[in-house]
Amino acid sequence: MGKTIIEKILNHAGGGNASAGDIVTVGLSYLMTNDAVAELTIQAFEKLGKPPWRKDRIVFILDHYIPATTENAARTHKLMRDFAGKHGLPIFDQQGVCHQLMLEQFVLPGDVVIGTDSHTCTYGGIGAFSTGVGSTDGAVAMATGNIWLKIPETIRIELTGALPDHVHPKDVILKIISDLGADGATYKVLQFTGSGAAGIGNAGRFTMCNMAVEAGAKAGIFEPDKVTEDFVRDRKRKGIFFQSDPDAEYCMNMTVDLDRLSPQISCPWSVDQVVPVDEAAGIRIDQAFIGSCTNGRIEDLRVAAHTLKGKKVHPQVRLLVAPASQSIYRQAAAEGLIEILIDAGAVICNPGCSACFGGQGMLWDGEVCIGTHNRNFRGRMGHKDARVYLASPETVAVSAVAGYIKNPGQ
Amino acid sequence: MLTIKGSVWKFGDGIDTDIIIPARYLIQPMEDMKWKAMEPIRPEFASLVKEGDVIVGGLNFGCGSSREQAPAVLAALGIRAIVAVSFARIFFRNAVNLGIPVIECRDVYEQANEGDTVEMHPSSGKIRLEEKGMEFTGSRLPDFLLAIIERGGLIPRVAKDGGK
Repeated sequence: MGKTIIEKILNHAGGGNASAGDIVTVGLSYLMTNDAVAELTIQAFEKLGKPPWRKDRIVFILDHYIPATTENAARTHKLMRDFAGKHGLPIFDQQGVCHQLMLEQFVLPGDVVIGTDSHTCTYGGIGAFSTGVGSTDGAVAMATGNIWLKIPETIRIELTGALPDHVHPKDVILKIISDLGADGATYKVLQFTGSGAAGIGNAGRFTMCNMAVEAGAKAGIFEPDKVTEDFVRDRKRKGIFFQSDPDAEYCMNMTVDLDRLSPQISCPWSVDQVVPVDEAAGIRIDQAFIGSCTNGRIEDLRVAAHTLKGKKVHPQVRLLVAPASQSIYRQAAAEGLIEILIDAGAVICNPGCSACFGGQGMLWDGEVCIGTHNRNFRGRMGHKDARVYLASPETVAVSAVAGYIKNPGQ
Repeated sequence: MLTIKGSVWKFGDGIDTDIIIPARYLIQPMEDMKWKAMEPIRPEFASLVKEGDVIVGGLNFGCGSSREQAPAVLAALGIRAIVAVSFARIFFRNAVNLGIPVIECRDVYEQANEGDTVEMHPSSGKIRLEEKGMEFTGSRLPDFLLAIIERGGLIPRVAKDGGK
């Protein structure tokens, strides 16, 4: 019996000849932690009384509460700076969302990465195994450089055809989460494959793997290919381009016909409450948000700027745009996208997690937000009775102009 | 052998980490943060929960973020175990790492009412609803996870025992 890409990556990292269901201890390529959870991670680490396992493989990132939003944020940030300084660890201080920075600077195909953030699963977009853990697992990994894991079973999702106009990778993953349910892939991996997957660019792959956890999955993954090569071409270290064997075993097979997909939207207060945008069309909005580790990349900002060029955001809507990293921000400025967005009435926020979890742009009772991010849980962006809808950058941009949820295809 | 006995706090399906502890409170000191537990749906919970109490939840308990503050605030308030129909993966692991027994049992979810007295034995998965005189067997954690719970969490287990 052949192996899945996940089995191969974890076996290469120390699993031996294990298969899905086996518990293995694997060596890490990287450990990432951020300011939302760093204090607990540092406290747990210091109780162990051990040094960091490798200074060049533990990455500290300040991205959630930046620039320091409260005194507590300032305290956490100082703790992180002091700790990273004391141990000589790389630290990214208000440079963008952790997952985007990890992809831009560190992670390669075939790597095993854990991060103390559930959206760490994003790195599957270049064929790495990556998953989110809590602070205690992060602390132990910081000291030991390894972690125990149950090798997950894999759901094989064959994508056929090509995305129609106005339909984006975000719509694909929303549809898949809708079909699986919020716990439909718990403990499992989503492997996106087939000719349709080959036609999706790196940014779209990151969007899709990012949201694998919203179906409960441990990871999402694309098998690395020529598209991936473009992304990692300039790196010194070379990754390993593992592929699933043709006779690998899957716990479930799904097919998504991209040609037949329409724009999708996730409704409050669970990500799997997905309907075609038409079914939510007309709902009045107060805020629109374009950004996050899901959809804050240059490709997303291009879609938004193309949609908003020469138009004005509805006077009763505030549009917030947060590029996912400083380099994306710079690129967007160089391409003239930032000017287009400002002309349309957008507020450009500093690169970081921004409004996604209520770090900026919080909502009051009864307010409605449409955003490109990944979660719409009750209370996440502010008041418990605020309502959040999740959609593609194009759907968000056309809705910001209309003042209500609108299908970009109309 | 660990035994837990306390009153049931009952919650439904899909209790996510933003309900257990909303993101904006994550960087508060634990002494302040714990009072915000379950605020979006039951703001009175934190002030009423007692040492030794148990949470009973439905499907996919703890879904969402990897924030360990979610099981940590519950533990800080005195919650000593969680029984649910099913758990989200990261929450389950975080709870074990903090020494909180997590047991899957649909029967307990269906039969238990808020305020019932529950007695449970993580090493066997046995759960008894005292007033109702009912006993069920839920999922049993593998031995290496039970060892973490009996030690009080992964950090003491690694720090004192030198390994997992």
